[in-house]
Amino acid sequence: MNVLVCVKRVPETGARITLTPDAQAIDTSLLGFTISPHEECAVEEALRIVKAHGGSTTVLTLGPAGATEQLQNAMAMGVGAAVLLETDGQDWNAEATADALAAAIRTRPEPFDLLLFGNEAADTGDYQVGVRVAHALGLPCVTGMKGIAIEDGRLTARREVGGGWEIFEVPLPAVVTVKEGLNLPRYASLPGRLRAKKTPIERFEPKPRESALVTTGLVVPPEQETHVEIIGGGPEAASRVVEVLRELGLVA
Amino acid sequence: MTIACLVDDDPVSLEALTFGARLGDVEAVVFGAIEVDGYVAHARRVVHERLDEYAPEAWAQAIVELAPDIVLAPGTDRGHEVLAHAAARLGVPLAANVVEAEADGDALRLTRQRWGGSLLEEATLTGTPKLLTVAAHAVEARPAGMATTVEDFTPTLGDEHFVVRVTRREEPTSGAVRLDTARVVVGGGRGVGSTEGFELLEELADLLGGAVGGSRVVTNLGWRPHSDQVGQTGARIAPDLYIACGISGAIQHIVGCRAAKRILVINKDQSAPIVARADWAVIGDLHEIVPAIVAELRKEGV
Repeated sequence: MNVLVCVKRVPETGARITLTPDAQAIDTSLLGFTISPHEECAVEEALRIVKAHGGSTTVLTLGPAGATEQLQNAMAMGVGAAVLLETDGQDWNAEATADALAAAIRTRPEPFDLLLFGNEAADTGDYQVGVRVAHALGLPCVTGMKGIAIEDGRLTARREVGGGWEIFEVPLPAVVTVKEGLNLPRYASLPGRLRAKKTPIERFEPKPRESALVTTGLVVPPEQETHVEIIGGGPEAASRVVEVLRELGLVA
Repeated sequence: MTIACLVDDDPVSLEALTFGARLGDVEAVVFGAIEVDGYVAHARRVVHERLDEYAPEAWAQAIVELAPDIVLAPGTDRGHEVLAHAAARLGVPLAANVVEAEADGDALRLTRQRWGGSLLEEATLTGTPKLLTVAAHAVEARPAGMATTVEDFTPTLGDEHFVVRVTRREEPTSGAVRLDTARVVVGGGRGVGSTEGFELLEELADLLGGAVGGSRVVTNLGWRPHSDQVGQTGARIAPDLYIACGISGAIQHIVGCRAAKRILVINKDQSAPIVARADWAVIGDLHEIVPAIVAELRKEGV
């Protein structure tokens, strides 16, 4: 079973987002970067699947040179090989991203049985790159999964809906986009980190293309103003809290 | 210009219809049993002998076959999925989680959510057809009050549209208070300290008939199952009251609780970002304050 995981480098935003002066990007000068949370689970799932069924794992990203950090993090967790589609740092639209990923996937020496994506990137939230790659490659695709099982060349995947689950069965090879909650990702080990640093990363430079959806600017929405009532500073605050609960009609 | 809106049993569909009506006459393309009376003048109910269960590519095929100029869908798992398939088939963009749209000649000027709504993107969408999903809770569902005519529509579907479909369902466990619909949610963060620490929150939630939630830190540490996570990668809650205990208020978490009507914070640190978003804040140790609230409620016979 050869498993591919596609990941995206995104900033760690903390408590508030600050934009660059031209409002075209997030000011990341003081921020660290990470793999989108859903995709951390995709990496973990790839490792578990290959441990159970044998095979290889590869991580693929499209992003700036700095995204080698995220590829190395995935390899430190245990992924075997990494490919970087290097950009000049500009955000790519979802269509161009999917085209470049699909083209890179087609040229791999061995075909993949399973292609894992995050359900949506934490930053742009486009909800479509995995589906587009599936169409480009002519593969079936299921999205938003929080459970995956593989048996006899078929994949069963579970999606949470309204507190219950919908269950899909698809033949492999297939594209599956996943959500956090699928598993609890492991931490990278120290030997894993050392191995990752030594493993070469394959690099390509794809060409971007225009989309009919063009970003003109970014806006941080104004904070909702609340008037905070500070209630005491200790256990004696309880009676005021109960009063509040009563005012809201939450206790009789 | 023709505008169609995908409608399924999720009530967010009715918000998308309300949103679409601002752009012009919208035709509802209805999957399932939901009623759209009063929302649109015209609706098509999609009927097909093989459409007894959800099949994303079959739904996308129905949209592609109807070939409207603008297609809207609710910003839900299904809405995003179906329009992503349609967009890939048609070779056009998909603008996801749009909160505002305005015609500008042949173009649409859009505002859409990034980072779960913590950041907004302004964009221009040209070409035909234009595909967009409407962010949940961007508008309130409101029927325009017109008479609605409904006709059946049967798309041309083949085996290729049913490779992926729901083969089985597991219904929700009855009895449990659901996080996404609870009137009260008691949330815990790193400050709760341990799995056992959540017993205090459970007790308070039980007394109030509410549900317990947690921040991403808490689910990543395994103190609570991921299904309890409130945040960008978890549940979006909209209770009458959110009681946030030992939670600092990172964007990841705020995205999940933004729709709460009121927020009561219990936190040691008055400078925590979540305090600025609260209606009430008790500054102190939740391990003392939560039991005191529980005791007070019990004393009053709750």
